[in-house]
Amino acid sequence: MECVFGLVGNDFAVVAADTSAVHSILVHKSNEDKIMILDSHKLIAASGESGDRVQFTEYIQKNVALYQFRNGIPLTTAAAANFTRGELATALRKNPYFVNILLAGYDKETGPSLYYIDYIATLHKVDKGAFGYGSYFSLAMMDRHYHSGMTVEEAIDLVDKCIVEIRSRLVVAPPNFVIKIVDKDGAKEYAWRESVKDAAVASA
Amino acid sequence: MSIFEYNGSALVAMVGKNCFAIASDRRLGVQLQTIATDFQRISKIHDRLFLGLSGLATDAQTLYQRLVFRHKLYQLREERDMKPETFANLVSAILYEKRFGPYFCQPVIAGLGDEDKPFICTMDSIGAKELAKDFVVAGTASESLYGACESMFKQDMEPEDLFETVSQALLSSVDRDCLSGWGGHVYVVTPTEVKERILKGRMD
Repeated sequence: MECVFGLVGNDFAVVAADTSAVHSILVHKSNEDKIMILDSHKLIAASGESGDRVQFTEYIQKNVALYQFRNGIPLTTAAAANFTRGELATALRKNPYFVNILLAGYDKETGPSLYYIDYIATLHKVDKGAFGYGSYFSLAMMDRHYHSGMTVEEAIDLVDKCIVEIRSRLVVAPPNFVIKIVDKDGAKEYAWRESVKDAAVASA
Repeated sequence: MSIFEYNGSALVAMVGKNCFAIASDRRLGVQLQTIATDFQRISKIHDRLFLGLSGLATDAQTLYQRLVFRHKLYQLREERDMKPETFANLVSAILYEKRFGPYFCQPVIAGLGDEDKPFICTMDSIGAKELAKDFVVAGTASESLYGACESMFKQDMEPEDLFETVSQALLSSVDRDCLSGWGGHVYVVTPTEVKERILKGRMD
């Protein structure tokens, strides 16, 4: 029931993910951040098996940082996406990672971009993408309302439309979402959309 | 659903008078859901050799990267481009290497050989070559494509006629297949030029 989706705007890319960590019928927590800041200008929104998700995205993050240390310049978004695909493809027939990824980034030369990377290492550059059961609703909303060159306000409005649709139409809809954005000034958290807050822990 | 039908694809290559055409659909799907409508299935190996890969998209991408690597090595060693017949043998060998854990792809190879004689061939996922003098087909729409090509094909067509024939055969076949379509990509290659055209068909 994990929902991850994203789209590209006029000079930014935005991704949103649900924040529930679920095991069978139990919700462990509802503020799990599934969008990792890969480096200053890249975001990786991942969904899938939780152990693989954390392990694989951290592995990619550390290798991207290593490249920057060794070479003095950061990887482009396309290069990071292809590296990620390569790692998934190599592991596919040995010890596959069950992680679906939307990689959003901003490069000075080429602007914003979004890459769809399947768990079986299918890579495609897209303007809008989504994973999970929520994709049936979010892709349909984006197909209707998306146009190229959207402003931040328009894009967030569309993201909110998708979240409303998921909340009202998906049977076990995740209650909370996090939205992160990447533009020329870097990757950052934009907002949380919470409808259920974890109970505060009683003090000792 | 078979693993060959996971992403959906349609490929056709046809021989004309001193020219050939290779065409593909543009849909990238995940079973019944459409992810993208601008997926490239046909890649250029060199100016007179094109490779189309149908079947599982991740294996098509991996296989393409391996083949480009091998061709570049060949170019460095031999100081010339590979002949289409040689390339077909290379693809066949690489596929058979994985005989008991194959790449789930069906390649279509089209090129201009010695004296500008067009060459087309296809093979199954373990490298069994099928050389043809008229046309070859691959993908989820292959059965429809066989019928369409058989009835529309004529010997020694000029490039413009060949383009029309290949386009009509492709579009009419993918319209009967729910897993392929969303337009077409046609390359018509003569000894002097390569013409790339995008077809707009039924966008469903």
